[in-house]
Amino acid sequence: MAGSDSVERLAQLTLFSDLRWPELEVVAHTFDEEVFAAGQRVLRQGISGGAFYVILEGEAAVVIDGQDRARLGRGEFFGEISVLLGGVPIADVRAETLLRCLVLPGPQLEAFLLEHPTVMLRMLQSVARRLRDASRWS
Amino acid sequence: MSPGDAPFPPGEYPVVVVGSGPGGLQTSYSLLRLGIDHAVLSADARPGGMFQRFPLFERLISWTHAGADVPRGTREFELHDQNSLVAEEPELGALVAERIAEGHRRPSRDEMVAAVQAFAERAGLSVRFGCRWESTRLEDGGIVLVTSDGEYRCRAAVLAVGVTEPWVPPIPGLELEHHYVDVSSAPDRYRDRRVVIVGKRNSAFEVGEAISRQGLRELTLVSPRPPELGRLARSPLRPWYLTPYDEHVRGAPGRFVLNASVDRVERRNGGYVVHALDASRPERLLLEADDVIAATGFYAPLQDLPALGVATVREGRLPALTPFWESMTVPGVFFAGNISDGAPGLRKHGVASLSTMVAGFRYNARVLARRIAESLFGVELPRPLLRAHEVVPFLIHELNHAPELSFQKGYLARVLRPAGDGGALDEGILPLEVFVDAADDGVAATLEFDAEETIRPVVYVRRAGVLHEEALPAHPLRRYEGRVYDEALELMLRPLLG
Repeated sequence: MAGSDSVERLAQLTLFSDLRWPELEVVAHTFDEEVFAAGQRVLRQGISGGAFYVILEGEAAVVIDGQDRARLGRGEFFGEISVLLGGVPIADVRAETLLRCLVLPGPQLEAFLLEHPTVMLRMLQSVARRLRDASRWS
Repeated sequence: MSPGDAPFPPGEYPVVVVGSGPGGLQTSYSLLRLGIDHAVLSADARPGGMFQRFPLFERLISWTHAGADVPRGTREFELHDQNSLVAEEPELGALVAERIAEGHRRPSRDEMVAAVQAFAERAGLSVRFGCRWESTRLEDGGIVLVTSDGEYRCRAAVLAVGVTEPWVPPIPGLELEHHYVDVSSAPDRYRDRRVVIVGKRNSAFEVGEAISRQGLRELTLVSPRPPELGRLARSPLRPWYLTPYDEHVRGAPGRFVLNASVDRVERRNGGYVVHALDASRPERLLLEADDVIAATGFYAPLQDLPALGVATVREGRLPALTPFWESMTVPGVFFAGNISDGAPGLRKHGVASLSTMVAGFRYNARVLARRIAESLFGVELPRPLLRAHEVVPFLIHELNHAPELSFQKGYLARVLRPAGDGGALDEGILPLEVFVDAADDGVAATLEFDAEETIRPVVYVRRAGVLHEEALPAHPLRRYEGRVYDEALELMLRPLLG
């Protein structure tokens, strides 16, 4: 069971910023927490069975075919592409520092988003922003 | 035995193991087999660890099928017995199966403790009892464990101190005194009373089921999340505790299982009012109770380790571990037993290791001992050679009969390396994550749950640095043998082994 500290930590993340207690507590009880050492892989390119991660603390690198492509920090999330599209991850995500994440098993993400539409909207905004930025660069 | 006769006086040892439950003793046995000198210290008075106290009411939740038609003391029998410690010598195995009462398939606490004690005696394991680890220092690349008997210096410490300290979330009014660990087992304690249990995991249902047999007036289980009934392979809940849930669903008077957050616990008129809020309802639920029980979980007693830099997870309740169960942040500090749950593994499809149970951590301890022996003490263990025609039958045998793969699904794997001429070297049982994240060519075979909770053999092959994962077909009777499996393995292995 999660305590009030973890609920407060969630409330500060953009993804969950529209939720109020006790919904936040339900989220705190739905996600697990996992810690990764610097250099450890969190998501593995080409390996099935991935999860959805939200960074609570630390930094991660998105690595495709050995090339660093992006950095992720607190409040950012990853793993949703392969979970939502049903494929294997198209990138490695590697912890750059000690990395603390919330983690939701892939099979539970869809139901979670349908139960929490405001989280889905925040996620969509973030994905749209990534798409816009990617289009600008190209 | 007078204190002067106790084994392992304070001093310097290559390895110090703390704990005399199944985790500590399995580690000690495995180190002994590898010739690694070590001390074993325990705050307790006798072996058995958590099973001297828990579970409070029920038998264990893991199976021992004593009548299985397989010779006891073999690797194959281990599949039928989740609770015995494991050993090379047949007379040290299946000790729970020897003791479990006729007609039962899950041992009692006493049967479990007796089996652990018999293992220690028969294996000749020594323990310094009554010696409490109190604090820790990191010095000159070594570790100093300060205990009630004096100081122990070592290169590697293996802490197998359990995850049994009562943890209560910071809900106003919910106190440590309400915790599951202090629930009375007196047969009439809860008769005619109204009881609210905060929590909805195994300990909540276990205690709810047990006290409702005493003739409760009202029983309410409350926590934010619904019980995980849809995915039983992933859920820690055991169906035989679920009578309170069954009665709630069918509308039995005074039996409730609620999905709501507890805001606070108020003392009123010699009893309690539990304030609960369900996200889908505007008004607060006020639950009146004569007794409140916090079945809210446990933590590992890590003493001062977090202050020394040992990173933790789940609000400090467990250490964050590498796949070899070493602290992620302080090298040389290893964990065994229940605490090895701090290393969840790849967690494919959300399935973590089975390291909270003897059936899982007894194999972790063996792998850990080998890791310590090889990486810290230069012990070179043989890698048996498999000739070309032996490789596929060997992997098929492991997928069908290896208890390590069957219980530690997706966590432990059988790993082979190419040896030329189509042959392979057996690297033994290793954490799958270690193989997946390494760079060397080789093959790892494991069993996993897929997204639908079906058990499947999965094989990972790395050649020229490129890793390939292939799930083999499931089989309704879990028989992974015959042409389909032979051909799939041969096809995968040919490019690697030649």
